[in-house]
Amino acid sequence: MADAPKIDEVTGTETTGHSWDGIEELNTPLPRWWLWTFYATVVWGIIYMILFPAWPLVSGATTGLLGFSTRGEVAAEIERVELSNAELTRSLTTVDLAALPANEDLHRFAVQAGRSIFAANCSQCHGAGAAGVVASGYPNLLDDDWLWGGTLEEIAYTVRHGIRNEDLDSRYSEMPPFDWMEDEELDQVAHHVRSLSGLDHDAAAADQGAALFVDNCSSCHGENGLGNRDLGAPNLADAIWLRGGTHEAILRQLNAPRHGVMPPWGERLGEAEVRAVSAYVHGLGGGEAQIADPATDKGAEDAAAVPDATYPARAGETPEEAGADDVAPTE
Amino acid sequence: MLDIFKLIALAVVALVAAIAANWARDAAYLVHALLVMGLGAGLFLWQLRTMPIPGEPVPSRLAPSGYMDGPIRYGVIATSFWGVVGLLAGTFIAFQLAFPALNFDWGQPFTNFGRLRPLHTSAVIFAFGGNALIATSFYIVQRTCGARLWGGNAAWFVFWGYNLFIVMAATGYLLGATQSKEYAEPEWYVDIWLTVVWLVYLAVFLGTILNRRERHIYVANWFLLSFIVTVAMLHVVNNISIPVSIWGSKSVQVFAGVQDAMTQWWYGHNAVGFFLTAGFLGMMYYFVPKQAGRPIYSYKLSIIHFWALIFLYIWAGPHHLHYTALPDWAATLGMVFSVILWMPSWGGMINGLMTLQGAWDKIRTDPIIRMFVASLAFYGMSTFEGPMMSIRAVNSLSHYTDWTIGHVHSGALGWNGLITFGCLYFLVPRLWGRERMHSMAAINTHFWLATVGIVLYAASMWVSGIMEGLMWREVDQNGFLVNSFADTVDAKFPMYVVRALGGVLYLAGALVMSWNIWMTIRAPQARAVTVATPAE
Repeated sequence: MADAPKIDEVTGTETTGHSWDGIEELNTPLPRWWLWTFYATVVWGIIYMILFPAWPLVSGATTGLLGFSTRGEVAAEIERVELSNAELTRSLTTVDLAALPANEDLHRFAVQAGRSIFAANCSQCHGAGAAGVVASGYPNLLDDDWLWGGTLEEIAYTVRHGIRNEDLDSRYSEMPPFDWMEDEELDQVAHHVRSLSGLDHDAAAADQGAALFVDNCSSCHGENGLGNRDLGAPNLADAIWLRGGTHEAILRQLNAPRHGVMPPWGERLGEAEVRAVSAYVHGLGGGEAQIADPATDKGAEDAAAVPDATYPARAGETPEEAGADDVAPTE
Repeated sequence: MLDIFKLIALAVVALVAAIAANWARDAAYLVHALLVMGLGAGLFLWQLRTMPIPGEPVPSRLAPSGYMDGPIRYGVIATSFWGVVGLLAGTFIAFQLAFPALNFDWGQPFTNFGRLRPLHTSAVIFAFGGNALIATSFYIVQRTCGARLWGGNAAWFVFWGYNLFIVMAATGYLLGATQSKEYAEPEWYVDIWLTVVWLVYLAVFLGTILNRRERHIYVANWFLLSFIVTVAMLHVVNNISIPVSIWGSKSVQVFAGVQDAMTQWWYGHNAVGFFLTAGFLGMMYYFVPKQAGRPIYSYKLSIIHFWALIFLYIWAGPHHLHYTALPDWAATLGMVFSVILWMPSWGGMINGLMTLQGAWDKIRTDPIIRMFVASLAFYGMSTFEGPMMSIRAVNSLSHYTDWTIGHVHSGALGWNGLITFGCLYFLVPRLWGRERMHSMAAINTHFWLATVGIVLYAASMWVSGIMEGLMWREVDQNGFLVNSFADTVDAKFPMYVVRALGGVLYLAGALVMSWNIWMTIRAPQARAVTVATPAE
């Protein structure tokens, strides 16, 4: 076939004269806007590569005129936030926890930080709303019913060391299985346990079970089933059941007790964050107050001694920039 | 004599596969060995039965002439079949994300999202897209070179070999064989098999070009050749691994750490660049001017954008690894090359759309042209969005979010899907000697189902992705994170449902097409098959 260019009638543009299976090509020049945009991106690319790290060298790479690095960018941002919170964090680390609620600004800061820490670290088991998961035995943190104690100090200890884990100071207890008992006896104990909180039960069986309860269960759960926080033994006389309160559920727990495990967070979160998340959790269900002990109570004093934090410290500036005095933490 | 060698070879294949099945160390390897054993034995019997009987006259075989369209017909059917399979898998896993109960406890581990997801991606990219590319490239290269496919039955080997690769990859995923590299999941022996098939594909394509009767090589063939050559290189380098045992599917990658990640995304991004872009541009350069009956808009543009595209694309991979262990300089280069790639990518869109000069009315009257135009529009959108998302600051918001998923699907469903559908509608009547498709109204229906489906999909994923990115980085005035990860998952639920519905629409369109193709093929012949002959 001949390679003779001809003029396309519709556009008036010359063809290249090629034809493949009837397909021809116009000899239209490059669209100007296309070409100039292409050049512009190339120029931009060259400038960008001068300003930012771009070219590998024998050891290392060009750093660029702006001295930018992604790691540096992140580090600077973290440092900025840490500096702006430094004063509050320092106060939170040293304050007597019993006195924390009295210091309104610091407490608000702690609860706010705690909410975020809880969402990132605790919500996986305890739920985003902290309501727990009964089916899995993850305790509800909203009901102000505490297995290991509900004061700020006690919650912070639980967070710091966890429950039934490898941490030497972790909270620990274990309910033995009572599968050696006769089925009838177990049945009677279960009826008695249900009677403690006024649930439907067989009164005759419960009477029989009461004696068994005193012999076998009261050392941990107490004669009246009110529990023992030193041992993490649940209160059986209230309406709250960690692993279900039906007759069957109680029997299952008697035969093969299940025990929850919580990891220790002290090392991972650090003291300030442990205290912050404890303050948040403490407030969820209302929170139990430290029982005042006149002999050693210096809570009010401590609260007064904590520096009055400038709240809110703005994330955009460091305390120094905000004009705050350098406040030394109280010991 | 040759027949005897074939018989011996097939017997050896069946025997070795039987031994491999006996010593197999895992389920995927066992199933694949049994599959190969069955194929070897079956072919052995078939070969035996078709051998000439000594003393009887050998039926004289005419030297084949004209274009070789058999493998293309099979390829068209395979494309629409795998398209439906891949879209079905995708729609199902979209519902799994919205309703996790659909993972089905009784079906574990086979019905798990983790195993079905690579099944979906491989089915749509490699089975649907790959079969479409092989079939159309065989069609295009013959017509534009005026030559029959080179290599005799090698084209048949490419078709069947490639589909065996797909079956082994898909069954392997379900049985848990994966090397955990995105879009390169198949294990070592499946990779080796694909390498063999791909080199034969290259030989057939190149041989046909060398036999051409045209003086020049048409632009579609540049793109298709660059696609075949580059995919061979990408595939071989990214899959270098050492099998733990030759009797098992598990292998260990040669690269480790950030080098492995960089190799993977050099591969992954260029799978997009050369498989889903260059290869499909090759399709576009033939079928759009054919269907429009107009010359290509600009020869110069096609040269410049071709070379710019293939030179720049190969560097763009590092933009997948912003803010990772990858050094900043490498990320910068990936980003810069991605942004410069914007205009070269658009060159293809301009050349495709402007080819319609003088035929714009066909957008209204011809649903196939409408598909091509919509496809090029989505191509233009995603090749603008891609460079934008590669910019470090944008990427810090978009990375790991659904925005990426939306971006990929506006390209895959819009560009690759629609252009493939258009090509199938073009090819089926010609390959089976029919006047036209069974129902033009059904093509129109398909177009609207697909377009609305894409819009639902892409829009919901943009909203979901940007929302997710903003929620992840949201901090309060003291710098504490506001949302937990589960909060963002919870917030995405409505968008997940909309996305899945978009998938249903798109799948419905593909089903309409399959029905239409089926009816066209089985319709009584309207006219005699015109035996296509190479151009003089």
